[in-house]
Amino acid sequence: MQSIADNVGGAISYASLARKNRSKDIAIASLGIFVLFIAIATLLALFIDLAITGYPRLADPEFYTSFPSRKPLQAGILSAWVGTIMVMVVTACLSVPLGVAAGLYLEEYASKNWFTDLIEINVSNLAGVPSIVYGLLALGLFIYTFGMSETVLVAGMVLALLILPIIIVSTRESIRSIPSELREAAYGLGATQWQTMALYIVPAAKPGIITGAIVGLSRAIGETAPIITIGALSFIAFLPESPISSDAPFINFGWLTSPFTVMPIQMFSWLSRPQADFHISAAAAGVVLIVMTLMMNALAIYIRYRARSR
Amino acid sequence: MTAMNQPKTTNEFAQKDARQTPREALDHWYLEPDAALRARVSNLKFWYGNGTQAIDDVSFPLVEKKVTALIGPSGCGKSTLLRCFNRMHDLYHGVKYSGSIELFPENENLIDLDPNVVRMRVGMVFQKPNPFPKSIYENVVAGLRIRGISKRSQLDEIAETSLTQAAIWDEVKDRLHQPALSLSGGQQQRLCIARALAVQPEILLLDEPTSALDPIATAKVEDLINDLDGKVTVLIVTHNMQQAARISHYAAYMYLGKLVEYNETSEMFTRPMCQRTEDYITGRFG
Ligand SMILES: Nc1ncnc2c1ncn2[C@@H]1O[C@H](COP(=O)(O)OP(=O)(O)O)[C@@H](O)[C@H]1O
Ligand SMILES: [Mg+2]
Repeated sequence: MQSIADNVGGAISYASLARKNRSKDIAIASLGIFVLFIAIATLLALFIDLAITGYPRLADPEFYTSFPSRKPLQAGILSAWVGTIMVMVVTACLSVPLGVAAGLYLEEYASKNWFTDLIEINVSNLAGVPSIVYGLLALGLFIYTFGMSETVLVAGMVLALLILPIIIVSTRESIRSIPSELREAAYGLGATQWQTMALYIVPAAKPGIITGAIVGLSRAIGETAPIITIGALSFIAFLPESPISSDAPFINFGWLTSPFTVMPIQMFSWLSRPQADFHISAAAAGVVLIVMTLMMNALAIYIRYRARSR
Repeated sequence: MTAMNQPKTTNEFAQKDARQTPREALDHWYLEPDAALRARVSNLKFWYGNGTQAIDDVSFPLVEKKVTALIGPSGCGKSTLLRCFNRMHDLYHGVKYSGSIELFPENENLIDLDPNVVRMRVGMVFQKPNPFPKSIYENVVAGLRIRGISKRSQLDEIAETSLTQAAIWDEVKDRLHQPALSLSGGQQQRLCIARALAVQPEILLLDEPTSALDPIATAKVEDLINDLDGKVTVLIVTHNMQQAARISHYAAYMYLGKLVEYNETSEMFTRPMCQRTEDYITGRFG
């Protein structure tokens, strides 16, 4: 009987082959761990440095409940974190429905031709456009052309534009990753395209879509350039009108047209002050911003994990 | 009007005699005298979007409330033919049909109907069990919900009858609200059959429904298909000759996209008309 050894012209030692292959595995794994370690260590060092620098302000509860001030030790981030949350709400409300609808349309409904190919390429390219360009667009379009002012609404709109491509692309990818068996099962039962999407495909793709939305929002939360470009103020000593009121109609939208500031801008303005004490506040604000971002990412991981364990 | 235009009963052709040539066999389907047609495929051709012609001039009858098996070697076009019956191909770009699949007694050509309407009328069970990632109950009633039926009592009743018909009621009646994906493969497949039966399809298509199952699960599915005989019009693809012999009443043997022979299963398996069929059935090729 002919064995494989006759074909390759000599006996192969499987033991030494396995050993050689295993040492390759180990080399790759060690390289990976090394790179990962450097990345995490750098990030951790930065974070710890910020936390140590900012500790005096971070430990002060008034820091979170005070408006900015000329006196460094009284300056707080109240208007900044409230502004950030409000802008994020606007961004999420605009970008998620639009992005998911656009992704769904491009993936499922649009016929495949050169025009949709062109749109597809451009959507991917838009994800790489520097954020300041979006700021300029918003300045030219929303502020100069439409005569809007630098409000929560405009900031939310520009950040929504900025992350729209991320949400569109991730929606398409999560819909594409749904196995065709599920699709055919639904159509096979007589479901229309809309029923198939709404009842089966979108629910199954939901974890991916939500993850994409949160990744987009956590990019938006740290964006400074487009917000500065539209002319956001850094010294805001009041809060926008509360969205909920005690008398009818209980909900109001005055906050949308209010001037605002956000965390990264507050940080930036403190950093550009000469007094060293303001740098402490900036570091503290940086820590709060990082924690906000980490919390959003933790939420994304949790949603994905829960979806997988089901 | 000739007999071919009046295919409701075909006892005109019912005189059986010895071996015929394949061509004649196609023109004279030997059906039982009381057989009524549910559908008739005539000169059906089908092309995939890439230009592959997978079905070439296929004609055969589908007898009402009987199990008809599609057999033939892998790649001969069985699944393609089956999926013409619920227009599943229309989900993909660039496919083309010619010929007809006439439905009786409506005398409608299924190829000309709205694919969505066709899929409402013709149910399908796939090779790989594909329950929705929802509860067992929601899987059975999915087709009803799609048709806008949402009255709880109605849904409950149909769920029980279809699960019973699919021989899985006893196994799941205490866990209807657990995820369907927690069931075993064989149970999932019977659930998919229940899901298809729940909307009372005019024709039930099954594409190798047992090929992903172990022998015991396979036996259960075969039993339930046997029980459907006389109640539902079934077209089943199988590559297993014993299975075709066990569960089908009529059989169509395909080769390279063409129909070679159509006959009562027992006839085909004891007195095949063509050498090629005989070789395939006896396992000499395929
Ligand atoms: N999506 C497709 N596009 C192009 N050709 C296909 C496609 N699916 C199947 N075919 C071809 O059509 C023929 C019949 O395939 P199929 O119906 O799956 O065979 P069977 O079910 O009998 O094994 C094969 O030659 C196969 O390569
Ligand atoms: Mg097949």
